[in-house]
Amino acid sequence: MSGTGLLVFILRRLVVLAVLLVLISFVTFALLYISPGSLLDILLGARPHTAATVRALTREYHLNKPFMVQYWLWAGQAAQLHFGSSIQTSLPVTSEITARLPLSLFLGIYSFVLTMVFGVGLGVMSALRRGSFVDRGLVGGVMLGLSTPAFVAGVALLYVFAIQVRWFPAYGVGTGFFDELWHLTLPAVALAVTTVAYVTRHTRAAMIGTLDQDYVVFARARGLSQRRVLYVYLLRNALIPVITISGVILSSLIVGVVLVEVAFSLPGLGSLLVTAATAKDIPVLQGVVLLFAVVIVIANLLADVVYMLVDPRIRVGNRST
Amino acid sequence: MTANTALVLAEELPEAGTRGRRRMPGPIIWLSFVVVAGVLLMAVFGSLLAPQNPAAQHLSTVNAPPSGAYWLGTDALGRDVFSRVIAGARTAFFGPLVIAAASFLLGNLLGLFAGYRGGLADSVIMRWVDFMWALPALVILVVIAGAVGSSYWLAVVVLIVLTVPFDTRVIRGATLEQVPRPYVEAAKTLGVPRWKIMLFHIWPNVSPIAVANTCLVFAGSLVTLAGLEFLGLGLPPGTPDWGLMLSQNEALLFTNPLATIAPGVMIVLTAIAVNLIGDWLYEQLTSRGAGR
Repeated sequence: MSGTGLLVFILRRLVVLAVLLVLISFVTFALLYISPGSLLDILLGARPHTAATVRALTREYHLNKPFMVQYWLWAGQAAQLHFGSSIQTSLPVTSEITARLPLSLFLGIYSFVLTMVFGVGLGVMSALRRGSFVDRGLVGGVMLGLSTPAFVAGVALLYVFAIQVRWFPAYGVGTGFFDELWHLTLPAVALAVTTVAYVTRHTRAAMIGTLDQDYVVFARARGLSQRRVLYVYLLRNALIPVITISGVILSSLIVGVVLVEVAFSLPGLGSLLVTAATAKDIPVLQGVVLLFAVVIVIANLLADVVYMLVDPRIRVGNRST
Repeated sequence: MTANTALVLAEELPEAGTRGRRRMPGPIIWLSFVVVAGVLLMAVFGSLLAPQNPAAQHLSTVNAPPSGAYWLGTDALGRDVFSRVIAGARTAFFGPLVIAAASFLLGNLLGLFAGYRGGLADSVIMRWVDFMWALPALVILVVIAGAVGSSYWLAVVVLIVLTVPFDTRVIRGATLEQVPRPYVEAAKTLGVPRWKIMLFHIWPNVSPIAVANTCLVFAGSLVTLAGLEFLGLGLPPGTPDWGLMLSQNEALLFTNPLATIAPGVMIVLTAIAVNLIGDWLYEQLTSRGAGR
């Protein structure tokens, strides 16, 4: 019963997800119309305004058709991952994105691993030694981390570790996995500063809440080893609240990727977005925005599913309430 | 960023409340007040306090290290970094102030309304809040700047729209806790109008959370706006602004690193000070409420 319940839940969420994506795609399409100035001028960019270019653009973007028809045709293309071509480079938006996606993905995953390892680790440590010197230091560190935006952290790390002590390179992305890992360490750490602080704070609060639970006291009273109590009883229950903040972690990582890529001059999706915004390159903006939107929507769905799987109390059987 | 900090406190607050004791401000809180007061002075008086004209270019002394004349050195155009840091407080302070005030007002009204009325109004407001939840605010600002053009005040308005849901969510949660209490019941029995119950009976009891949350909103939007300036998509290039200075002076890390580090330190310092004051105020206000 619980299995079909989960299925129904996922199906329902998929419908909501589809509606959301349609809404987002509509807003994304409308960006072209919100933009001041005539459509043709925006789409032409620096290209010459001749009869031939105008005709080509009118055909490509169906400018002679009504608004809703334009949207429909554009959305059909977008669903097949065709977003037109960049106004700055004339290259297809899709190839611009795929060329830069691996770097941003690498950076994001690297930071995510750092966030989980250090965030959860420090949070558990802080909670287990509540009130100690270490705990108070960590609470202060969390405050510092939450107040430090990724670009300030990035510039500070760049100054200390690339210019002063020269442990890490100041620019470039490296070739091969380990070289890339080495080149992207400073950006990934800068990106993880906020999220580590955030996860530490949540893990600490959740652990402190769990430590007082009867089942933990009972497990201890039964003489189970510290290790078993920690892994089986404490950590499992304390990690559930962390899943609920995954949406915020993701959006914080996306914002961070944009800032850090600009701070470290890395050619990723974030810097693509910023150059496109600076140059009013609307097709590129549309492509990147839709990609981010899809990632966020799907990640939130996954988080909900994981949440249900991990916490039997909210499994869909009693969804009817 | 706004999202992050606002959310953290919202969930941490009950713990802080149970401690419920009244405390004299410690040295760190005093220091936070001094920092905020200093930034406020700088924001109000701006270049009047600066030893030099923040816009004046001294092309004979570009990228100079700190000296008696230029306390933090000069940037690539020979402008005095110290004076620019002072003048930059204005955009760092007033935008977040407007955002915090506007979302305080709207968030409290919507949150009280949703929490007290419940029903359809509540579900409509909460669906909207859920949709806005965890949106990457800075990315939205970048996209809007790309489509419509860079504008500081447009960014402020967009951030208000993005921040109101957080205030709303927090206040609604706090209101829901108050609604079943006897004093609300008593007020209802006496025939007190609904709006009076919401504003004069319930609101004073949720106001500590509202005030603390507003401090977090302020700090969060300061950081987000600075990020937008850092990306060059807010203010015009010549404006003295901490985020903008950080990006324009990044190349100076080799020659005059203070030109980059000083504005960064100012951003972090202001954000921490406001966050700490928010925490402290919350403890103060809740303990006073408990003692009454």
